[in-house]
Amino acid sequence: MVQNMINIGEVTETNEMIEKENLDVRTITLGISLLDCTDSDLDRLNRKIYDKITKMAEKLVETGNSIEHNYCIPIVNKRISVTPVAIAGASACRCPEDFVEIAKTLDRAARQTGVNFIGGYSALVSKGMTSADENLIRSIPQALAETDFVCSSVNVGSTKTGINMDAVRLMGEIVKKTAEATKEKDSIGCAKLVVFCNAPDDNPFMAGAFHGVTEADAVINVGVSGPGVVKTALEKVRGESFEVLCETIKKTAFKVTRVGQLVAKEASKKLGIPFGIIDLSLAPTPAVGDSVADILCEIGLEKAGAPGTTAALALLNDQVKKGGIMASSYVGGLSGAFIPVSEDQGMIHAAEAGALTLEKLEAMTCVCSVGLDMIAIPGDTKDTTIAGIIADEMAIGMINQKTTAVRLIPVAGKGVGEKAEFGGLLGYAPVMQVNPFSCDAFVNRKGRIPAPVHSFKN
Amino acid sequence: MEKSVDRIIITVVGKDTVGIIAKVCTYLSDNGINVLDISQTIVSGYFNMMMIVDMGGSKKPFSEISDEMDSLGEEIGVMVKCQREEIFEKMHRI
Repeated sequence: MVQNMINIGEVTETNEMIEKENLDVRTITLGISLLDCTDSDLDRLNRKIYDKITKMAEKLVETGNSIEHNYCIPIVNKRISVTPVAIAGASACRCPEDFVEIAKTLDRAARQTGVNFIGGYSALVSKGMTSADENLIRSIPQALAETDFVCSSVNVGSTKTGINMDAVRLMGEIVKKTAEATKEKDSIGCAKLVVFCNAPDDNPFMAGAFHGVTEADAVINVGVSGPGVVKTALEKVRGESFEVLCETIKKTAFKVTRVGQLVAKEASKKLGIPFGIIDLSLAPTPAVGDSVADILCEIGLEKAGAPGTTAALALLNDQVKKGGIMASSYVGGLSGAFIPVSEDQGMIHAAEAGALTLEKLEAMTCVCSVGLDMIAIPGDTKDTTIAGIIADEMAIGMINQKTTAVRLIPVAGKGVGEKAEFGGLLGYAPVMQVNPFSCDAFVNRKGRIPAPVHSFKN
Repeated sequence: MEKSVDRIIITVVGKDTVGIIAKVCTYLSDNGINVLDISQTIVSGYFNMMMIVDMGGSKKPFSEISDEMDSLGEEIGVMVKCQREEIFEKMHRI
């Protein structure tokens, strides 16, 4: 079997991906169900939640570090997602302040286990809101201002149910209030708040991760990454045909995903928790050489946002999935190329150069995951305008049967051309122009947009 | 074929000097680690080696071997890296 042994070329290729091209496993996310913690007494509920999370995730960070050491592959984040808190806390919480107490419990549990984010401060209201859902949503600004690690998401629409416009209107207000509540830090609270349409139950990526009610008691989901690896592979096929371009992306995505699959299986074995899914996403970071926008430029665009961007992104997204699906036994989550503005050096440059506008970003979200992500807008943008932008993005998800999301940051006290600094993996972003015309009368209508017809596709 | 779970890939990269292979192999043999394959090249004065070894016979756990190899590398003045073989196998074999 000697001829089957790994050779020096293969070893060098893998290690160069890790050392020079930022290949990493972006996150191991442990999903934990809180359904068995429910209690009508808030103190007891908090205690049960804290105990369950800290017990189940006790060895998460340690296990992640040991896998990192075994394979010399960085595992950037270890995270926890929990059952949407609006459900878990429904019988104990009577007002928004009660929910804030749970947020603080989650924050303490995250600190204790050493993870860098905990997701699931969420409500699923695609058709209607219970009073618990509404209380949780109203508590978000305070919860995000008073915690460090908690991430929040609200699902306001789906292909099956349509869009809950009452929730969309409310989220317009909540995003603004969250920005105001965290104004000392460039409204960073909004970087931890996502509004979804068709939110998946098993997404390992923050800020939108939560542990869906259809999931088992605990599950390991892994998000892979590797924009730098794809970019470097494409440098070698400049000027070649689309066939060669697509084959190269597929092969690279396959290799990257296999590493994620290995890490996921290993983590699952060591922790004794079942493996859920691999999320096949190209997730950029602000680091130089770890950018999705740079891949688009390598495909042939002067800057992300130039004509051809949507087509190039569609191609990229599809090939990543084609390569990744064969590499993993179970694929789920968001699975696609992420196009956050502040977390991607190439996107930041494109926005600063005026190549990339909010409208072009919206078009790009039609063909990739996930949506309008980490976009700084002027702090004086009206609540209803934010709600209008959310409604547009939700409509794209609803009609196209895909997940879409909005993570906008109306940076308090800043206007177009100024910069918002979030630090770390969240990066920085130039404040972008928002269409100044009003949608007040549209957003202020009550009720919901009905579910779409699933035939006559045009 | 050996269980691949015990197989480790060792890569050594650095400026060429006398006795790199000897020192690495002495350490391995002292610890009951069997060498299965070696490839080595020198490109413009830089030493580049990859070894596939079986640590099934070693009494020490992987993490200890890995740390000690790391220190040995520092002594010689080269970078030594130990990785479990699966990462390469998964990436390059279907």
